[in-house]
Amino acid sequence: MVRISVDIDSCIGAGQCVLSAPEVFDQDDDGIVMVLDGEPAEPVAEDVRLAGRICPSQAITVHED
Amino acid sequence: MTTTDSNLVGFPLRRPGQPYPPAEYEGLRKREGLVRSTLPTGAPVWLVTRHEEVRAVLTDPRISSNPSHPGFPRPAKTGGVPAQDQVPGWFVALDPPEHTRFRKTLIPEFTVRRIREMRPVIQAIVDERIDAMLAGGNSADLISDFALPVPSLVISRLLGVPKADCDFFEAQTRVLVTLTSTDGQREAATKALLRYLNRLIALKTKRPGDDLMSRLLADGKLTPQELSGVGMLLLIAGHETTANNIGLGAVTLLMNPQWIGDDRAVEELLRYYSVADLVAFRVAVEDVEIGGQLIKAGEGIVPLVAAANHDETVFECPHQFDPSRSARHHVAFGYGVHQCLGQNLVRVEMELAYRSLFERIPTLELAVPVEELPLKYDGVLFGLHALPVRW
Repeated sequence: MVRISVDIDSCIGAGQCVLSAPEVFDQDDDGIVMVLDGEPAEPVAEDVRLAGRICPSQAITVHED
Repeated sequence: MTTTDSNLVGFPLRRPGQPYPPAEYEGLRKREGLVRSTLPTGAPVWLVTRHEEVRAVLTDPRISSNPSHPGFPRPAKTGGVPAQDQVPGWFVALDPPEHTRFRKTLIPEFTVRRIREMRPVIQAIVDERIDAMLAGGNSADLISDFALPVPSLVISRLLGVPKADCDFFEAQTRVLVTLTSTDGQREAATKALLRYLNRLIALKTKRPGDDLMSRLLADGKLTPQELSGVGMLLLIAGHETTANNIGLGAVTLLMNPQWIGDDRAVEELLRYYSVADLVAFRVAVEDVEIGGQLIKAGEGIVPLVAAANHDETVFECPHQFDPSRSARHHVAFGYGVHQCLGQNLVRVEMELAYRSLFERIPTLELAVPVEELPLKYDGVLFGLHALPVRW
């Protein structure tokens, strides 16, 4: 299982996470990352790992529990 | 070991016969450390070619985007990134925390949801351009008749710039993104664009519309002077890059028709061509080690995103155009806090442009052999000068 933590101060609102895993990430009215599901199950977890890997400001950390 | 190439070919490198990233990049990626090279200005610079190291450069706080630091590289004898005293609000030339204020102010305008809401507007613009091409006969230059006007009209609509002024800012932008423009030409184009934006801001102050410039004015987080620089940056960034991508992508899809109608082609095209290969110029403001190479404070750095996006350790068979691969980790839009603000707009514009173009003109074909297409070697961005097509 994966657990997600985000650093909203680092977020630059590129939206890459929303494109990668729309079930898990969204942007608030300011464009900053919101986590809709902090402990997503497989197979969505794979999309979440991609989001963590490509976040340009490294604001997303994906923990493997 | 460091290899010094004092004659590493003038930038940008040639792409003989085909519009792919320069073949030399493969050899450069295999070298240890970074590659020492010389820009046409005569300035020595570190070239960064591998995916991991390009990402490292673009996220290291000891490496700056601000051209006011000594040693900041320029791509050609003239031009380069304007400093704040030249164009206030040109925030891609700022580092955090100054950069953060601009970026955070603009993010709400470019979220995935906001761009999705613009789809009908973008679709209407795409359709109008195709209508105009079809009404004009059975041949066209896909660059000047489609690839350029579509993003120009879209960014104009977003900013609240009158449609009739597209030709004006396209012409000024062309001067600024051409490596061979003189300093005098650049200065005149910059002044003309800022004068234009200042007039637009005065107009929006009096009569606000439903557009980005009016919203940012009302919001008050940026001064009118900063807003004119921001507007200029968005106008330029918003149409040139997308136009090059649409043109190169259309050629590629015509040559690989099995991928027509597959939206995954968009991401692969972004990776494949990486038109903004020579955009992310940087300078070290402290000593920093990248890829085993010590870069001293004051030394210029050029992360080559096209080279990184063809790194064979990250993308299997990188020279193969293969939309079925997962290419989302490409760095065509850069990486780090400066990653392209408009990337989601670009993706939607490309998707709708290709879909409509090939659906509505199924017999579309190149009117000249692909080898004869005029490649843009004198531009800051890679692309095609013209793309003759017929149907």
